[in-house]
Amino acid sequence: MTADLGEAPTVPSLDVRGLAYAYPDGTQALYGVDLTIDRGERVALLGPNGAGKTTLVLHLNGILHGGLGEVRVGGLAVDPKDKRTLREIRRRVGIVFQDPDDQLFMPTVREDVAFGPANLGIRGAELDLRVRDALDRVGMLAVADRPPQHLSFGQRRRVAVATVLAMEPEILVLDEPSSNLDPASRRELAEILLSLDVTVLMVTHDLPYAAELCPRSVILSGGVIAADASTRDVLMDGDLLTSHRLELPFGFDPAATAR
Amino acid sequence: MGAGHAAGAAHRLYVPGASPVHRLPPQCKLVAVLAFVLLVVATPRERFWAFGVYALLLAAVAATARIPFGTVARRVVIEVPFVAFAFLMPFVASGEKVTVLGLELSENGLWGAWNILAKGTLGVVTSILLAATTEPRLLLLGIDRLRMPQLLTQIATFMLRYGDVVAAELGRMKVARASRGFEGRDLRATRVLAKSIGALFLRSYERGERVHLAMLSRGYDGRMPVVHDVSATAAQWTAAAALPLAAAFVTLAAWTMP
Repeated sequence: MTADLGEAPTVPSLDVRGLAYAYPDGTQALYGVDLTIDRGERVALLGPNGAGKTTLVLHLNGILHGGLGEVRVGGLAVDPKDKRTLREIRRRVGIVFQDPDDQLFMPTVREDVAFGPANLGIRGAELDLRVRDALDRVGMLAVADRPPQHLSFGQRRRVAVATVLAMEPEILVLDEPSSNLDPASRRELAEILLSLDVTVLMVTHDLPYAAELCPRSVILSGGVIAADASTRDVLMDGDLLTSHRLELPFGFDPAATAR
Repeated sequence: MGAGHAAGAAHRLYVPGASPVHRLPPQCKLVAVLAFVLLVVATPRERFWAFGVYALLLAAVAATARIPFGTVARRVVIEVPFVAFAFLMPFVASGEKVTVLGLELSENGLWGAWNILAKGTLGVVTSILLAATTEPRLLLLGIDRLRMPQLLTQIATFMLRYGDVVAAELGRMKVARASRGFEGRDLRATRVLAKSIGALFLRSYERGERVHLAMLSRGYDGRMPVVHDVSATAAQWTAAAALPLAAAFVTLAAWTMP
């Protein structure tokens, strides 16, 4: 797995320091973000629309760069100029995008899951094993030979998670994983995410989902980290939520979620 | 849908089967089809019998592949616009005239029409047989295998994958328009339709950007990894060569016979 670097528990999975970024048109999206996520943690990244969540996520694997600050993944610094490091960074950071149709573009599920590891140079029996293992972990092995567009939305989201798991990432980044899912698919995905032994950063507006899956939450608002605490404490602080345009759904009581 | 795996994986033109023709590697079939069509085109139009033999050869392929005659016949309809053009030729072409049923027809035009009709139909039937026995994605693998530029095969792969997605989006836009009382009756509707097409183009373009982003995130560097190779054995190449070889004899005979 990640034997080359960072087996010591002291190296965090993700270490973001002083990250600032302005888009080429001058819109400043991030104003100095600091965030450390230890190995095995599950963290929810909360924040209103336009808070810079997506901008932050796209910095984690070097797709956006050029601002100030530093991102380290498992101790390895993201350096967009160094192509070899960048490839390793993209293996370590597995991003599951919001729309599975954006992520699943190959003619069959099997080929799609193989796309990532094959880009890393894995071939033959080991590739098959990776694909089967990843699909098995999300319970989608039975649909391996079907075209993605013929699966249900929930199935496609699970396959999208598998495409990233097949790369054996250091940290799994999910963008709005519960969006557009029916309650059963939503629960199934939660069970799958809880069963994975991997560091998770979950970007979401779905506060109950954050409470269910992530012991820790950070609020990104106005391009800075505005809060970083246990999810229960964050959700219990009504004033904090209101000031960052976050709202609990009707009838949801965070005090009842004590685990 | 709900018709299970077979219906899910199949494409409209593909007729599932396990015949020897189905099982041939795609690149062999592609080369065979190309060679056959070139030979047909190279045959002098005066040799009626040669085109008959070509048709028999194709019928033999269809029989081996167990593609029903009716399926092929129905799909030949696609060439109707070209046939219409061919029927026009005897009336508009110049040169010596012959009188058929009281109509003054150009002899050159008649030959031209026959030429288009015979060669076009044979070409169309050949393509239909190829599409009916080869899954589209295998076809793309075959093209890739024949060293076509990867950029082209990648574009074709994405068309295959996202054709349905874009069509579904178009369908949703249509429903949304109709739900607000829109009826595409007269010329004024074109303005609305043109705007819909524009919006669809923008959405598809944006989706393209998002797909590219998702690909980069999984280590894409401009080349598609070759995951499963569709290699062909010498025996398979020989089997695929049967059709163009037989056709080559016919072409040769057509040229050399007095």
